[in-house]
Amino acid sequence: MSAAVAVVGELPRGRFLHAFSQNRLSWLGLLLLATIVLVALLAPLLAPHDPLEQNILARLEPPSAEFWLGTDSFGRDVLSRLIYGARISLSVGFIAVLIAMVVGTMIGVVTGYIGGLFDQIVMGALDVMLSFPTLLLGLMIAAMLGANLENLIIAIAVTEVAPFARVARAPTITLKQRDFVEASRSYGCGPMRIMVRHILPNMVSDVVVVSSLWMASAIRTEASLSFIGLGVPPPTATWGGMIREGFDNILDAWWLAVFPSLAILLTVLALNLLGDALRDAADPRSR
Amino acid sequence: MIGYLLKRLLLAIPTLFIMLTAIFVLVRLVPGDAAAVILGDQATAASLAALRAKLGLDQPVSVQYLTFIGQVLSGDLGQSLSSGRSVIHEVLVVLPSTIELTAIAIAFGLAAGLPLGIAAALGQNGWLDYVSRIVSLVGLSFPAFVSGILLLIVFAIQLGWFPVLDSMGTGLADHLRALVLPALNLGIIMMAYVMRVTRAAMLGVLTEDYIRTARAKGVGPVRLVWRHAFRNSLIPIITVVGLYFGTLIGNSVLTEIIFNRPGLGKLIISALNARDYTLLQGVMIMFAVCVIVVNTLTDLAYGLVDPRVKLS
Repeated sequence: MSAAVAVVGELPRGRFLHAFSQNRLSWLGLLLLATIVLVALLAPLLAPHDPLEQNILARLEPPSAEFWLGTDSFGRDVLSRLIYGARISLSVGFIAVLIAMVVGTMIGVVTGYIGGLFDQIVMGALDVMLSFPTLLLGLMIAAMLGANLENLIIAIAVTEVAPFARVARAPTITLKQRDFVEASRSYGCGPMRIMVRHILPNMVSDVVVVSSLWMASAIRTEASLSFIGLGVPPPTATWGGMIREGFDNILDAWWLAVFPSLAILLTVLALNLLGDALRDAADPRSR
Repeated sequence: MIGYLLKRLLLAIPTLFIMLTAIFVLVRLVPGDAAAVILGDQATAASLAALRAKLGLDQPVSVQYLTFIGQVLSGDLGQSLSSGRSVIHEVLVVLPSTIELTAIAIAFGLAAGLPLGIAAALGQNGWLDYVSRIVSLVGLSFPAFVSGILLLIVFAIQLGWFPVLDSMGTGLADHLRALVLPALNLGIIMMAYVMRVTRAAMLGVLTEDYIRTARAKGVGPVRLVWRHAFRNSLIPIITVVGLYFGTLIGNSVLTEIIFNRPGLGKLIISALNARDYTLLQGVMIMFAVCVIVVNTLTDLAYGLVDPRVKLS
């Protein structure tokens, strides 16, 4: 892992982009993701109905010309809720990964730079976090703080700090021994300046390469927590929450659970395809 | 080997303390305190004080922490707030069914994932490699409850091959029939994971010089793969499979909910719904212990597979 990651910084940008664009699956991932992002952004224009509008006369209707993907037990349009749900999944996943990336990278760079006993203790503690089930850690935090949007983001971000710290630490340890860092130190650069100006820019690509895979994981965790009932509370449309409602009616209304399931699957798959392609492009040996 | 074993076992102690401390802190993240949440808005000051005293929340945090650690180490996880029985009892009742499910899933995941991963690596960029890469990527993208629901809808509801809600049949045949879908659900995701890691590890090893040397020496294909390549890919495979255990636990929780199986997953959900913090805390501690046991076993497996590990 560390050897694979260390290669990224050394690879010329042109070769990286070339390797990335040669991968057919990366284009599929990019296209899928772009479509989903576009749908989320244009939700008010695309949704045929108000996602919160209840219609008692049209409860649990199967897919039809009026309601393309059917209606739920409150008579709400499933397609419209699906389109609006994309906003929650994508934004929660994105913000949580961003927080985890910033915090994790900071921890990784600082502990890698300081090294010694401090490094061992911090990384030891993070390794323990890494081995604890992600879903249960997120579940515990969300359950204790209470189910709402902010707490959900915090819970998911916490579960992903440790992996980012690991990814950031490995190149930091190699970089801090390089001549240019030694040179800037002899010029009188303080540790803060060395970390921010000299080490960070040289390893940002390593962190960005893995972020797509971790955003896939964040969206999976978000959906799972929403399904358990610890997500953004109803009536807001979330994919996990829709599956939870669909699960209650699974015997007579299969469409309620199936369509949000496919939406989650496609989104996570797109991010995984993209993440795989990024990683393969960064590390030519793995192709 | 004995020295290595002892060292690994000693390392498990700080890990246990970090996890217990984290769980202790997490449970105290509740806004206000547990007593207020359990009793709700209508609670009188007297009943709040009584419950706080019962839960030990009136003590200083340091005392609470030491009491907590002391109780856990002596095997006492407290009383469930909702049922009044001991948490250990609640856990032990459902533990066998969770172990049964995860053990079958692990066996399936390894038995199917390892050979497929090896085959994909040997035929790199062939059709089998391509299919297995796509299958494993799709498998990895499924949250366990999504794949579970789709399996349930297709095979139990539409085709009617398996029971939908009656998860624990009376006879052995019924019992096994009810086990198929949940075990398949967990097993396929694990297979995707094992397949991917095995393929990557084998590809890394197969380009090494000593493989070419062995081939030049006239080592046959079976012996080449089994003795030279696969053995040396085992370290990354064991690492990743060990790390996967955490995900497997999370997936088993979701699978148990979907297929309505008794187990630790259902226990967590009922603890959440009843705001039963001691039960929730107890189940988390049980999971933490499981994770530590698996981590230690993983470390021991390194020692068995790679003689260099024992010496360093």
